[in-house]
Amino acid sequence: MSTSNLAITPALVAEHGLKPDEYQRILDLIGREPSLTELGIFSAMWNEHCSYKSSKKWLRTLPTTGPRVVVGPGENAGVVDINDGQVIVFKMESHNHPSYISPYQGAATGVGGILRDVFTMGARPVAALNALRFGAPDHPLTRHIVSGVVGGVGGYGNSFGVPTVGGEVNFDPSYNGNCLVNAFAAGLADADGIFLSEARGVGLPIVYLGSKTGRDGIHGATMASAEFGEDAEEKRPTVQIGDPFAEKLLLEACLELMASGAVVAIQDMGAAGLTCSAVEMGAKGDLGVELDLDKVPCREDGMTAYEMMLSESQERMLMVLHPEKEAEAEAIFRKWGLDFAVIGQTTDDLRFRVLHKGEIKADLPIKELGDQAPEYDRPWTQWSTGDDLPADAVDAPNDLGETLTKMLALPDMASRRWVWEQYDSLIQGNTAAGPGSDAAVVRVGHTGKALAFTLDVSPRYCHADPFEGGKQAVAECWRNLTATGAEPLAATDNLNFGNPEKPEIMGQLVGCIKGIGEACRALDFPIVSGNVSLYNETNGKGILPTPAMGGVGLMTDIATRATIGFKAAGEAIILIGETKGHLGQSIYLRDIVGVATADDRSAPPPVDLATEKLNGDFVRAEIRAGNLSAVHDLSDGGLYVALAEMAMAGGLGARIDAVHGEVPLHAWAFGEDQARYLVTLPQAGLEAFVERAAMLKISARLIGTTGGDELTLPGAAPISWTKLKTAHEGWFPAFMAADIV
Amino acid sequence: MKSAVIVFPGSNRERDMLYALETITGVKPVAVWHTEHELPDVDLVVLPGGFSYGDYLRTGAIAARANIMAAVAKKAADGVRVLGVCNGFQILCESGLLPGVLMRNAHLRFVCRNVDLEVANADSDFTKKYAKGQIWPCPVAHGDGNYFADAETVKRLEGEGRVSLRYANGTNPNGSVNDIAGILNAKGNVMGLMPHPENMIEPLNGGTAGRGLFESVLEAVA
Repeated sequence: MSTSNLAITPALVAEHGLKPDEYQRILDLIGREPSLTELGIFSAMWNEHCSYKSSKKWLRTLPTTGPRVVVGPGENAGVVDINDGQVIVFKMESHNHPSYISPYQGAATGVGGILRDVFTMGARPVAALNALRFGAPDHPLTRHIVSGVVGGVGGYGNSFGVPTVGGEVNFDPSYNGNCLVNAFAAGLADADGIFLSEARGVGLPIVYLGSKTGRDGIHGATMASAEFGEDAEEKRPTVQIGDPFAEKLLLEACLELMASGAVVAIQDMGAAGLTCSAVEMGAKGDLGVELDLDKVPCREDGMTAYEMMLSESQERMLMVLHPEKEAEAEAIFRKWGLDFAVIGQTTDDLRFRVLHKGEIKADLPIKELGDQAPEYDRPWTQWSTGDDLPADAVDAPNDLGETLTKMLALPDMASRRWVWEQYDSLIQGNTAAGPGSDAAVVRVGHTGKALAFTLDVSPRYCHADPFEGGKQAVAECWRNLTATGAEPLAATDNLNFGNPEKPEIMGQLVGCIKGIGEACRALDFPIVSGNVSLYNETNGKGILPTPAMGGVGLMTDIATRATIGFKAAGEAIILIGETKGHLGQSIYLRDIVGVATADDRSAPPPVDLATEKLNGDFVRAEIRAGNLSAVHDLSDGGLYVALAEMAMAGGLGARIDAVHGEVPLHAWAFGEDQARYLVTLPQAGLEAFVERAAMLKISARLIGTTGGDELTLPGAAPISWTKLKTAHEGWFPAFMAADIV
Repeated sequence: MKSAVIVFPGSNRERDMLYALETITGVKPVAVWHTEHELPDVDLVVLPGGFSYGDYLRTGAIAARANIMAAVAKKAADGVRVLGVCNGFQILCESGLLPGVLMRNAHLRFVCRNVDLEVANADSDFTKKYAKGQIWPCPVAHGDGNYFADAETVKRLEGEGRVSLRYANGTNPNGSVNDIAGILNAKGNVMGLMPHPENMIEPLNGGTAGRGLFESVLEAVA
């Protein structure tokens, strides 16, 4: 792509992902035909990825405020108060399309992007997590993508120096041609040390910092807003290349610069690079911006204005500085060996002006570039809610023990050790609970305070009933935080869906957002940041609706935190919450009975938010009072799987002798009813505990006792926990090491 | 005990090391930037973990040629204790202060997990607080920790008691020859190891056995 004299044809407009009516809007807005550079700028600002044009209407309905929310959605990341003048800054963002095209680099730059979002606000990253979804294990590309994505996540985070402490890994055929890489990062800052992107003051220098600009990633954001066809392999040039070393230097240089008092405003160059960052800084501050591209540090010769404005080269920042501090700022960046160049200034005319080689390459109204982006109220169809599936209509297995062993070794249930041992989960020395816990727990300073982090969603529930699925994603996230003893503070969401121009896909998006909103309101769990990824389709087939939730919780005394492993023999095992034996959309139904999610019309387990809150608040209070020895939430696979996980984590068996009452045994064992926890405690405390639960009308049933090397369960021959562990740990390494067929 | 921690571009466990040294010795260590030519008067110099220079070219290869390394070599020659952890071990090997190299892990993947370390030499300035044969848990986190040296060098290291720590109980995570996790120089005042004792110093880490290494130096210089 070279000359600015290129004619703006309908084909060229279409290539930029702009619809004819959107192009007409541009013509109306500027009163003339745009230059090629201007067309590129519009396509970057108005694509789905940057403008949220299909989702904005519905995102506005989410609760985003609360007593602890310092900064909500709209900035680089959300900011939440964690007492003592400190805040936690966090966000989750997708890098799905690039990770499918180039798994290692796509995932690596996804991690790099989210870390940059966090430290751009003045926070030092203290935890990273990631939710990864891959195609069916037997699909020929899956192992290649798993291997590359996991390598990229680790390669970037390990080198950068942030502990990767948790996340999710799942498989489903709907991701065969469109994997999901959702990266979460959280950073710590002082409440009075937060930096925003809003520029203030006319005539101030705009400074370019970090790595040089190359031709990589041009039109990355536009790519992320289109479906894949057969030509996905040909899109490789639009994937960026990550350099975690440069990012680590950029982190240290930025934090040092911020401490010097030189920074007025800062914005990282993420999607749509220089265009998006410069426009946002100006538009938010009601200022114009003038850039002189002759000053931009370039990696390659002969780059055009068009290329520079759309490059998504990584590890770059844009700042507005106090002019009197410019020399000091430059010295800091030189010390870290990074580029530093004044490339423009703020103006008072609300124009976004781009100069290159003495020519004006773009001259556009800056507010309208952002504010006047198209916004759609896309048609959507009412989603299905699924059919009731009575438990006795689902086949029971012959031996529940054999079934349990099999379930623990399923692709979606097996240990993810193969994955998380490739991530440095211990760096910084604050990891109290790493991967494999209900939620990760990371210490903050040395006052006993800690933060809990988790990522959750059950896409098969969302597929069967988007509204209940959306509620469940929030509830499970909240429950996982609660199970460590943390108080859930706030959440970030990463909404991954198919093509919103299809009413049934739009219906999934609307349903999930409504469900998320309802749950967040009921659980006082505001959403402070997030990201939407649409067009996750290949050859017309969408992924399962996947609204991943990232939750953050706070505990004031890390010494009282709960863990999942059984602790001592002879302790009481209590099941909190009611078990109705809901098998619809369960792992048992899908993977043991064999009903594929795509064909499964059954309803997912309903989420009663009042019960969820009641049970959770009770469990948390009991943990904090030091009454419980082990706590685990119940989710995929139900009761028997949760018991097995507690036995494997503690290296201790248990005997379960509860009567399952009216509920068929297999539904009692594997049903996925919500709002449930398993807890253990010494026998001495049992009576008082049960009374406290009864006073609150909470279902708390003694179901058994810890002890021995075996798990003895109704309907099953006793199984040693070591045998379960062998099955649980075996699947992933065997899958990745198997011969290529 | 006074100590200094060298910081290279891309070092990322220097904060863990600074914290461990201050916690255990009671004295705040000095952080020294790689462009310096001189080191302050200290009893211990530490090269911390990380990805100096992004691990580009070869792990530790570029850092081994940084300005400060001449001063580190001088301190080592003067008998000052020098400790290299993870990337620091790689830098010590690349700079010739320790023999051998750290290759890519045998399975070619980064690995972060706890391993069992056996104290093979409990007489050194870095291990004297442990008992010979003592086994303690310690985390590793590296992609290039596969220690290798030619057969003659390995024989000499073993013969001279210069293998200070060994992976035990089948927990060798990277394919290192003779399960070597840590080695000493001929004078015994320079040690390099791949595991991270600085991340095993308080109950939160799951144990405190890593303290012994720092306490050994503390006792040695007293």
